[in-house]
Amino acid sequence: MNSPVISVRNLWKVFGSGGEKVPGDAGLSGQSSAELLERTGCVTAVRNMNFDVAKGEVFVVMGLSGSGKSTLIRCLTRLIEPTSGQVLVDGRDVLQAGTSELRELRRRKISMVFQHFGLLPHRTVLDNVSYGLQIRGTAKNERYNTSQEIIDLVGLTGYEQHYPDQLSGGMQQRVGLGRALAGDPDTILFDEPFSALDPLIRRDMQAEVIRLHKEMGKTMVFVTHDLSEALKLGDRILIMRDGEMVQVGSGDELVGSPADSYIADFVSEVPRADVLTLKWITKTVAPSTAHDAPVLSVGTLIRDAIPVVMSTTSPVLVSNGDGTILGQIDRDAILSVIHGSGSRTSDGPASGNRTSVDAASPAPGSHHDEAVPIKELPREKVSGQEAVV
Amino acid sequence: MATLLRDRPIAAGRATGGPASAHRFSRRTRLLLAAAVLWLLGFLLLRGSGTLALPASELTDLHRSLNLFNGWIAENRDGNPVFMYILTPLRSAVGLVAGFFMAIFAASPTGEVIPVLGWLGTVAVLTWIAFAIGNVKVALLTAVVFTFFGVQGLFIDAANTFALVLTAVLLTLIVGIPLGVLAGTSNRVQKVLTPVLDFMQTMPTFVYLAPLALIFLIGPASAVIATVIYAAPPVIRLSSHGIRSIPENTREASDSLGTTGWQRLYTVQLPMARRTIVMGINQSTMAALSMVTIAALIAAPGLGQVVVVALQSLDVGTAVNAGLAIVLMAIVLDRVTTAASQRAEPSARRARRLSGRARYIVLAGTLLLTLGIVQVSRSVLWAAVFPARLNMGAAISDGVTAASGWLQTNLYFLTHSFRESVTVGILNPFQSLLTETPFYLLVVVIAIAAYAIAGWKLAAVTTFCLAVIVSLGLWNDAMVTLASTLLATVIVMLLGVVFGVAMGRSRRIDAAMRPMLDAGQTMPAFVYLVPFLGLFGATRFTAIVAAIIYAAPVAIKITADGIAAISPTVVEAAVSSGSTPWQVISKVQLPMARKTLALAANQGLMYVLAMVVIGALVGAGGLGYDVVAGFVQSSVFGKGLAAGLAIVFLGILLDRITQAAASTPGRKPGARRT
Repeated sequence: MNSPVISVRNLWKVFGSGGEKVPGDAGLSGQSSAELLERTGCVTAVRNMNFDVAKGEVFVVMGLSGSGKSTLIRCLTRLIEPTSGQVLVDGRDVLQAGTSELRELRRRKISMVFQHFGLLPHRTVLDNVSYGLQIRGTAKNERYNTSQEIIDLVGLTGYEQHYPDQLSGGMQQRVGLGRALAGDPDTILFDEPFSALDPLIRRDMQAEVIRLHKEMGKTMVFVTHDLSEALKLGDRILIMRDGEMVQVGSGDELVGSPADSYIADFVSEVPRADVLTLKWITKTVAPSTAHDAPVLSVGTLIRDAIPVVMSTTSPVLVSNGDGTILGQIDRDAILSVIHGSGSRTSDGPASGNRTSVDAASPAPGSHHDEAVPIKELPREKVSGQEAVV
Repeated sequence: MATLLRDRPIAAGRATGGPASAHRFSRRTRLLLAAAVLWLLGFLLLRGSGTLALPASELTDLHRSLNLFNGWIAENRDGNPVFMYILTPLRSAVGLVAGFFMAIFAASPTGEVIPVLGWLGTVAVLTWIAFAIGNVKVALLTAVVFTFFGVQGLFIDAANTFALVLTAVLLTLIVGIPLGVLAGTSNRVQKVLTPVLDFMQTMPTFVYLAPLALIFLIGPASAVIATVIYAAPPVIRLSSHGIRSIPENTREASDSLGTTGWQRLYTVQLPMARRTIVMGINQSTMAALSMVTIAALIAAPGLGQVVVVALQSLDVGTAVNAGLAIVLMAIVLDRVTTAASQRAEPSARRARRLSGRARYIVLAGTLLLTLGIVQVSRSVLWAAVFPARLNMGAAISDGVTAASGWLQTNLYFLTHSFRESVTVGILNPFQSLLTETPFYLLVVVIAIAAYAIAGWKLAAVTTFCLAVIVSLGLWNDAMVTLASTLLATVIVMLLGVVFGVAMGRSRRIDAAMRPMLDAGQTMPAFVYLVPFLGLFGATRFTAIVAAIIYAAPVAIKITADGIAAISPTVVEAAVSSGSTPWQVISKVQLPMARKTLALAANQGLMYVLAMVVIGALVGAGGLGYDVVAGFVQSSVFGKGLAAGLAIVFLGILLDRITQAAASTPGRKPGARRT
């Protein structure tokens, strides 16, 4: 895999006076956030965070409000000063950077899109988009040319001379997006960029981000509290609770094998057939299965496999990318996923063929080699599967 | 304030204890009652003793030594390094700027030299400035009003006033905007500045003058310096507020792009705070006009001078004529600066009919025209000195004097009986209650009341303030001022509640009244005296009425905003449970707006105090009289200075008590009944 663009190591952010002592003090750092608040009056927003973001990846940080995700993303460029730890961007520790180095980082490498847009009301769309270029001293002609290209890219052609308050929320966020893109940064940070928008516009904007990601291949770190948004956009998703990482992995890993009951609860409403791939229901090939049965790739979403499986009475074979047959699925397996949807999380890969599934690198991007290993499922959930099978 | 903050958790803690909370509040009420009873008993038993009355011509040792201090300063003005290197150069510099503008728009104070621009040139230049920073409408207004000054026969005086205001505003902005920006960007500066500004705004305008005249001598320079001190707080506060109210996420967004501090200031903070800063300029300008007119007392030339002289000779006609000119000047300054602040709004900027370049062309063209008019004005006599046959000043004054005489004769029954019944029925008894109670008893009573309101610290502050007043030897005069002030404040609050509730409850009444109140607030304090002098003659009563009219707008507006700010849901809930409108007002809106009412009382009180003191010019006694006398006679200079100090401490006392009342926690419903 690529070397990570951003590596976060042992990152802490403790708000409150005396907060800087917490990470280094074994007695304090071991305590829960509630205990710390009680004892020291400090609020632990980010607690001992470790993760890597690979080049070109969309890395989603998800959590409920107050889980520290917005603080975490601000710590990456020190909009909020972290208490301790390391944030390595291209191998350089941001926390050690001086003022001018940090400014250069913000000007050229990492830009950010904000929840409430943060546009300058006294500037036109064109001037807002070119703001970052102006700040770094680009000549007027050049910055207007670049900005015009970006405005076309984000679909605001014709609105160059409008002011932010003349635009709808969705269009304002396009300006915010344009402003972040104009400086041609390597990485874009998104802080709940679409949560202030109407659902329909949110969907458009999500599609827009996916399109831009495909076209430009920027690394993106995306904070959201919306699980469906996280699943839609994220190559990998990090779930936070009380400032701590609970689980990190691709969407289907979170849904297929939640690390604990918190995550299980979190993902329980997700339509599983839309998220899980065939790998989660593939069983060993039965002797009776016909060799000329239809073959589906292991990376296919279960939902997309339904027409094929339903069109034949016999099981369907599952192969990995190079044609090796990994196993089979049948109607029962698919129905059990759909039926179990909403309450059960029973469909972990059958233990017998786990190794083959793991080798079969399912998700696009496939950066989760180091992802949290699939954990043991809670007991009652395993028994649920047995009941179905 | 610190006491209050500390008290709050205790109060809250007790409040949760049920019976204990009832106990606390009943104790407070009992203390206040006890203080009242003590006062009445003391008044009845000890009446007339320990009143510390000091006849107008008598001085205490302190006053005499302040007189000596005055002499000492006069002697040392040329030798002392502080004067030689700091104060005198400052005075000359300010005097130079003021003199420059006065020479341009008016003439040298001797009045013999023709103004550099001539009257027509002045009108043209000011009209062009109004057009450049405002719009065509305010430019026309400016032209009409400044020409009318000529018709009033007051062109030179008005131009002098304007020149002083302009000087003071320019200096205010040079000092105020950078300070405000600093306070907006640095918490430390803000922390240091806030109490200083609070103090500057608590002081009645009047009391700056004597000490400044002492240091800088009388004349335009001290007037400008006094004006800068008075006018700076609004623009400092609003600049800071404008920068501080920029949304955090906008600042963060610009930081995330790697702005330096200066870049942030120039691309984000100043442009976004622009409108608020210009609003601050508007308020500072109005304050400057108010102070420049009052500075007539230390020999500042201009309209204020005309009013003061007229008031002293009870020449109502001339006073009204000049007062009208001040009002018109206030309207022009307010309209032009308001137009400038509207222009600063982003939406206004983009709605302009002219593009940037076309506007510059128009401005350049009109500037050429203006310069042409100036040239005419410098070469033709009728355009240089306002033609005498157009001067209607005498006619206006005579007309007003006749009208006032007619009113006083024919409405004598009404005005006189009204004045006398209030004076004899309310004012005199209340004043004697304050002046004839032994001072030690009153100090104790006020201290107990202060303790009951907000604890030991407030009691200590009030006792200290009263002790200072006693030691200044002006206790009796202070009580006379206090009586008028309190009486006027009570009426102001009645007006505030009645009109404030009406405005808070009805959008229509609000829309009808607010422009009037806004206009009332922009008027310089001074001009309020004039019409009531015409109606009621020169008495205490006139000063009180003027103070009421001067202070009512601010009290009404604060109350109205407080009532309007109550959540509509609460009112809806009260109505839906079947309350009558009166029940909604008395049981929901007024109790919920309690803090706002206390704030309105605080502001009303400060306005009233400022006006009651100025009322000395129309016959109010007390501390204000001492101050005015101090300006006029050097033999009582020391007493005037002491009276100024006494006013300051009286102001602090009243301000602290009402502020404490405003911030004490609301009563628990259960405590009401006890």
